[in-house]
Amino acid sequence: MAQRDATLRVEVVTATGSTFSGDADEVIAPGGDGQLGILPHHAPLLTTLKIGALHIKRRGTEETLFIGGGFMEVYQDMVTILADDAERADSIDEARAEEARRHAQTLLEQQTSDVDRAALVGEVERALGRIRVAEIHRQRSGRRAPPPTSEI
Amino acid sequence: MATAREIRRRIRSVKNVAQITRALQLVASSKVRRAQERVEAARPYSDQLRRVLARLASAGDAVDEGGAFGDTDREDADLRLLTPHAEVRSIGILLVTPDRGLAGAISSNTNRRALQQVTELRRAAGSDIPVQFVAVGRRGRDFLTRNRLPLLAEFTNLGDIPSIATIRAIARVVSDAYLTGSVDTWYLVYPRFVSTLTQTPTVIPLLPVQPPADIAAEVAEADIDYIYEPSAAAIYSALLPRYLETTIYQPILESVASFYAAQFVAMKNATDNATDLVSDLTLTYNKARQASITTQILEVVAGAGAS
Repeated sequence: MAQRDATLRVEVVTATGSTFSGDADEVIAPGGDGQLGILPHHAPLLTTLKIGALHIKRRGTEETLFIGGGFMEVYQDMVTILADDAERADSIDEARAEEARRHAQTLLEQQTSDVDRAALVGEVERALGRIRVAEIHRQRSGRRAPPPTSEI
Repeated sequence: MATAREIRRRIRSVKNVAQITRALQLVASSKVRRAQERVEAARPYSDQLRRVLARLASAGDAVDEGGAFGDTDREDADLRLLTPHAEVRSIGILLVTPDRGLAGAISSNTNRRALQQVTELRRAAGSDIPVQFVAVGRRGRDFLTRNRLPLLAEFTNLGDIPSIATIRAIARVVSDAYLTGSVDTWYLVYPRFVSTLTQTPTVIPLLPVQPPADIAAEVAEADIDYIYEPSAAAIYSALLPRYLETTIYQPILESVASFYAAQFVAMKNATDNATDLVSDLTLTYNKARQASITTQILEVVAGAGAS
């Protein structure tokens, strides 16, 4: 393999469209068996992903995304993430996620059927994951001087 | 010949209809575009999923790793979506149609294609094997109930942006029927979006899952040695239900685009016809008016001559 520019090409896609597409020096993903760090020249890998935070690092800056489970394929410095649900940390609406969590939790307390229960538990987990990712993002951008690009 | 007043009334009513069809035409034309964009947006995900599945399939040993199929736990159940049933004793058809009409022959063409598919399958597997239908969209549902065909489940009023949760529910009904053995093979019939002018009723096999052959060959060539985490079988069982979901999701999105395209064309024709009709009627009206004026003048002249 060419040793020239060791970067990863990252694509995050969901059923409704592409969420992220760009280059990275390092990717940290919530693997099914624990956190996975991917650097350039990684061996071909196929893994399941849990609900959690995906960190995409590029030249000192870091992009954080919420991932609602899915898969990741690593092949020849191409990182493809097939997510059930994905959202950039800076576009997460924390209030809405909290609302969704509370709503699902109330329904959960009234539910008896197993199928509905499983769906609602998933919903609560996803909402919690969203809130957690948003918190991480908020803390980081609070601690550091905001990068000039984040003036939006 | 109709009186001038009757003709005038008809002109007014045709103009009213034209106004409605023109409005529908404009709405449909903008919605086609948005529906098409959604189809495009969903494509990368399903393409990537197909690629991953093809790679897994070419790795081959994954299914064996999953252990005996006799086990009934959830993971193995998912793997069973891959294995064809030894004998086809029942057919399942997932019929995807629009919810509304005023869109030309798109729904009836799709419904007819579904029945044709049943005939073809029965020719292969025996003329008396039972068929089960799952209807997505009201037009198909109405057609099936009108013809007293067995309806396993129905999903109507999904709207222009079908929710992922609904798609999961549909996939669940389909895969449960397959896993319990009440349906041995599933097909999906939907109006494929070719262009704004053409929508073709199309059949795609749904279950058993067939790894996309075109990509499989290309992948086998590359011969990649993947690391699987936690295991190939675990990835398979997470992947197959999602694969089924996207195989259902894509046609449903496309049928929305097809519906608006067909409606656009139908409404454009209706508007054009109405415009033609109005100009024909206007001509007739003018002639009738002229004729009555002529008669009146003649009467006046005759009356003047008589006195």
